[in-house]
Amino acid sequence: MLLNPATMVLILVSGVVLSMLLLAAGFAIQLLRHWDISSGSERQLRLERRTYLISTLLAWAFAAELVSLLLFVYNAEAMSGQFVGAMCATGVLNVNAWGWPTLLLKIAIFFSGASWLILNALDNRGYDYPLVRLKYRLLLLIVPLVAVETGLQLRYFLELRPDVITSCCGSLFSANARGVAGEVAALSPALAVWGLALSGVLVLAAGLRFQRTRRGGPLFGLLALLAFGIALAAIVSVISPYIYAHPEHHCPFCILKSGHGFAGYLLYIPLFAATAWALGVAVVAPWRHIPSLDAAVADGASRLVRRSLGMFLLFYLAAGWFVYSSPLVMQGVWW
Amino acid sequence: MGWLRHQRYLLDFIIASLLRRKGKNLGLLLVYSLIVFMLASVMLFTHALKREMGQVLQASPEIILQRIEAGRHALIPADYLRKIGRLRGVTARKGRLWGYFYDPAVRANYTLMVAPERRLADSEVIIGSAIARTRGIGPGDYLTFRAHDGEAYSFRVRELLASDTELFSADLVLMSERAFRVSQGVAEGWYTDIVLSVSNPLELAKIAEKLTLRLPDTRPILREEILRTYDSIFSWRQGILFVLLLGAILAFVIFAWDKASGLSAEERREIGILKAVGWETGDVLRMKFWEGAILSLMAFLLGYLLAYLHVFHASASLFEPVLKGWAVLYPAFRLTPVIDGLQVATLFFFSVFPYVVATIIPIWQVSVTDPDAVMR
Repeated sequence: MLLNPATMVLILVSGVVLSMLLLAAGFAIQLLRHWDISSGSERQLRLERRTYLISTLLAWAFAAELVSLLLFVYNAEAMSGQFVGAMCATGVLNVNAWGWPTLLLKIAIFFSGASWLILNALDNRGYDYPLVRLKYRLLLLIVPLVAVETGLQLRYFLELRPDVITSCCGSLFSANARGVAGEVAALSPALAVWGLALSGVLVLAAGLRFQRTRRGGPLFGLLALLAFGIALAAIVSVISPYIYAHPEHHCPFCILKSGHGFAGYLLYIPLFAATAWALGVAVVAPWRHIPSLDAAVADGASRLVRRSLGMFLLFYLAAGWFVYSSPLVMQGVWW
Repeated sequence: MGWLRHQRYLLDFIIASLLRRKGKNLGLLLVYSLIVFMLASVMLFTHALKREMGQVLQASPEIILQRIEAGRHALIPADYLRKIGRLRGVTARKGRLWGYFYDPAVRANYTLMVAPERRLADSEVIIGSAIARTRGIGPGDYLTFRAHDGEAYSFRVRELLASDTELFSADLVLMSERAFRVSQGVAEGWYTDIVLSVSNPLELAKIAEKLTLRLPDTRPILREEILRTYDSIFSWRQGILFVLLLGAILAFVIFAWDKASGLSAEERREIGILKAVGWETGDVLRMKFWEGAILSLMAFLLGYLLAYLHVFHASASLFEPVLKGWAVLYPAFRLTPVIDGLQVATLFFFSVFPYVVATIIPIWQVSVTDPDAVMR
């Protein structure tokens, strides 16, 4: 176990967020059983008041999860000096089997949290809270995700053993012991680029179609999720090497560092925002037929789809520009 | 635009209302800043120490080879330099002579070291500034040692070591090889350890492996390993202090909870009036969060600023002994300020996040109160 402040705080935050969600889940169960908007009973009033608390709690919990995602990556980066063979965050995540699953779960929680908050905001605009049961049922689905993430993260940190000098044999240990893998496996670059281009065209087309016809919101969300996954794979296999100007360096985290002009932020922020908003479109769009939400859906969905498309465009432009402006030339090797 | 204007008016109102209750808010601000101050001091100090350590060690040799005898570090025969033979990748190798010397006069340990590159005469030494401070001597004065055989040897202090490396050179005494061998009883043909320079870091592990094969009674220590060890030790010490401070954070959480839930009758009436004139629950919540945000920001900046001054201008006098280690000859040094994102984010989670979590429920309780219930 590494007793350093950043790991302590990550464990602490996950624990607190989990307890906030458990509190919310307890309430969700109560609400699912007793909610009756037409009733004026004291219990109903109490439930209605409590929805404010739950919305606030969850907004904070998901915000904390987002920051803890960043902190998790920074922390892995900072610990890279303590493990043999780990040159950056990738190596530290490879130290044991739980690093990558924790990171992926954190990303999954970010997206489910963002979608839930968007749905919640939509529901709050209808005077009769038409989606209240649905959204609290969905909330009950997010809780296990957070619980698993908390457990995995704890396990990951508990099983980290820094390679320090032992009194018996100095480097004997590090010479014989295998260091951690410093790199991630990458897709073939040509495949990644074609995938990136294809998914980009599809997602932009679906977004524009939704913008025009107000149809295919869920499809747009689904394609965005697909584009997100392919984009991450492409960052690892193609875009990062171009940013580093080094065909064998695939790390998806080093691009966040000052040495590479913080290029990663220009990729990740638009990509994450675009995907979150696209998922927002997917959860908002299907409720147009509910009278009390009609205006809110029309208004919200068009704003979300515009933002999402803008961000996707920014991401693809940035990615293209990084490849275009890189001194690395791979014609004849990769394609 | 309208949203921005809305927030601005809200902010205006909140600052006025915060100023109306100066006493209570100042108390909270004070405790809050103190928490941030303590955590930030620990953090800034260890980060700066780590950085210092890394920079100093950059100049040290890549591999140190020690001979082990019955599990203990023993003198290494000069012959081993020949036995190592030619190792591809090693650019230089030489024997080093160093040791410790306990000076009963100041009850402190000195580190003695032979520095051939300084071309010292046999009766001359160069000393670290902490020794000079403690013994009250300077260049031209004499430093007397009781040698291993009971004889006393006097050395003239030729100069003091520059104070910019004082973290490491505070207790250092540099002398000539002959002076060291005679005063410490190390026979000709023996060294304390052997150092090797390697220019390609990727070859280090292989070279270390070859060394242990050729000289089975030795252990190579890599610079990387020293760095790695320092890195984790400092993180660990920092972690220990944070664990101790968790109690303080918990107390702060309870304090914040109490402050947020124990509203005065006047504040309750205020919220009642606001709701009566048309504020919604969401507005009251927003107002309360802005209040918390302003307080947090002020406390964070104030605490961080104080910590910065404490660490980089007052040498972190509160935590120094715990984080730096224990020694009689304390180096006096000024650290180079280091601030990074991870540090600030961690600190934020240790101070602002607990505050927010502690105040959510009380704030909600306040915001859902019915106007008629409090104004009656």
